[in-house]
Amino acid sequence: MNSASPRGRIDVAGFGLRFGQTTAVSDISLHVKPGEFVSLIGPSGCGKSTVLNAVAGFLTPTAGRVLVDSEPVRGPSADRGMVFQQYSLFPWKTVRENVEFGLKMQGMGKSERLATARTLLSVAGLHAFENHYPEQLSGGMKQRVGIVRALATGPRVLLLDEPFGALDAQTRMIMQELLLDLWEGLKISVLFVTHDIDEAIFLSDRIYVVTAAPGRIKAELTVPLPRPRAAGMSETADFHHLRGRLLELIREESLRAMGNEVAAQSGRRAGLDLADAIGAARL
Amino acid sequence: MPDMVIEIGAPVAAPLAPAGSHRAAVRTALLRLRGPALGLLTIALALLAWDLLTTYRVSFHIRFLNVPTPASVLASASHAFSDPDFSYNLLISCRRIGTGFLAATALGVPLGLTMGRWRLLRDALLPLFEIVRPIPAIAWVPMSIMLWPSNEESIVFITFLGSFFPILLNTLMGMGQVDPVLVRAARCLGAKEVSIFREVLLPAVLPQVFTGLAVGMGVAWVSLIAAEMIAGQFGIGYFTWEAYSLVQYPDIVLGMVCIGALGLGSSALIRLVGWLVMPWGRLAGGRPK
Ligand SMILES: Nc1ncnc2c1ncn2[C@@H]1O[C@H](COP(=O)(O)OP(=O)(O)OP(=O)(O)O)[C@@H](O)[C@H]1O
Ligand SMILES: [Mg+2]
Repeated sequence: MNSASPRGRIDVAGFGLRFGQTTAVSDISLHVKPGEFVSLIGPSGCGKSTVLNAVAGFLTPTAGRVLVDSEPVRGPSADRGMVFQQYSLFPWKTVRENVEFGLKMQGMGKSERLATARTLLSVAGLHAFENHYPEQLSGGMKQRVGIVRALATGPRVLLLDEPFGALDAQTRMIMQELLLDLWEGLKISVLFVTHDIDEAIFLSDRIYVVTAAPGRIKAELTVPLPRPRAAGMSETADFHHLRGRLLELIREESLRAMGNEVAAQSGRRAGLDLADAIGAARL
Repeated sequence: MPDMVIEIGAPVAAPLAPAGSHRAAVRTALLRLRGPALGLLTIALALLAWDLLTTYRVSFHIRFLNVPTPASVLASASHAFSDPDFSYNLLISCRRIGTGFLAATALGVPLGLTMGRWRLLRDALLPLFEIVRPIPAIAWVPMSIMLWPSNEESIVFITFLGSFFPILLNTLMGMGQVDPVLVRAARCLGAKEVSIFREVLLPAVLPQVFTGLAVGMGVAWVSLIAAEMIAGQFGIGYFTWEAYSLVQYPDIVLGMVCIGALGLGSSALIRLVGWLVMPWGRLAGGRPK
């Protein structure tokens, strides 16, 4: 491969994965261009994490191919950084030691590691916490360290699995802006899993909507908002329009995930019946 | 058992006294002292009871006729501690514990880690261990004497057996509780199998390892003393039993007290080491517990 060409291209083609009898993902094709920010959105259990884990190298496809820079993925590697939904910092390592971990695995010397980790931590505004243990940090800070740790080894691709799902709205916003800053600075490819529509729009260049299990790609939408993104953009007409379309697509799938198409029509009716029943019980 | 430490009374939190409230401060200080004072009082009462029962040679089904008085024990202690033979007995016991316990740790912890990581090894070994484990180490005394060429080795082996299973099984249990996301995170960061063991699995199971070490140390002492009493030459267990045979009753109590002190000291040592190697585990309290 030509070293001058941009790296970090992800190609998922006809990807399918079965866990024994259950088909988690049936046929997913998507791609992320070098330096692109792409989100995956869909109802719970549709296989978003499964796709991400396959790109990370934790799962081997039972159908189709998963390629990163034209090479089939064979096991995890520091080329593909990952941020998990659950906090995954090593509790026995300080913030700085957590960030140094990947560099240590690469065989980088102690002083060089320290310097690199310090630089990264101060970029993320965490320099004051370098000697803290994860237990002493708030949820937002833990996830911030998680992102810095994943970026420390200079991966081509960053994979994030609902990283901000457990954070409050305010912290979430700050984290999204930080993530965009880091992404723009490092020019790496990002594949981001979320179930938050606004988050997907605010962050992404493109968004894939995944159907209810077994997952397939239902739609692919391009976000027309300019870069750099700013918080005020959520009030623009483009944003509103996109949000409306996504809401509709996801609503269909969420209802399908909970039952079937019939439930989609009778859902409201069932709600009214329930209200009647509760009213009757009160009498 | 040296590893059973019962905390009597939770530490009393200082009530928020207004500044300069002298009486409140005194009250808090007194409340703080109440726990330790009560404990000391009970110990003093027990000593007093011992003294009275033995001085007046009480006998009511339980016979205190031959039980030595505290004073006679103290006298024999002052004699024993200037006797090189006695120190040698203590030293020998400590050496046996040290050897057996360290061997059990050196074998039990890595085996627990690998059995926890590789199912095949666990499936192969665990049933065998489950069969052997319920046999108390003391029951191994005759077999051990037959197996090992020297008495010394057979006693160390008994000590090893006693501590091996608690250490192994606690490590294995800890492995079952390691959050798999930590292993995945490490692999994503480029960690290979050896690094995963050293950097992730071992620190993750350290709390359970130290639980295993504390329990193992207790069982090691029980096994050692029994083995020394049955098969020993030298050692504090042997000393205690000899004292009975030679009708030197104060030495029995001296031996008992020494065994208790050594057990207490060794489990305190384990807690201290645990405190030192797990700095992340002492964020809230900041003191070994
Ligand atoms: N190890 C496994 N064994 C069996 N089934 C699994 C396993 N992991 C996932 N699945 C199934 O595969 C499907 C997809 O799971 P996945 O975790 O990828 O969904 P998701 O879209 O990430 O959901 P969520 O939004 O809840 O995180 C689910 O139906 C799940 O039950
Ligand atoms: Mg998921």
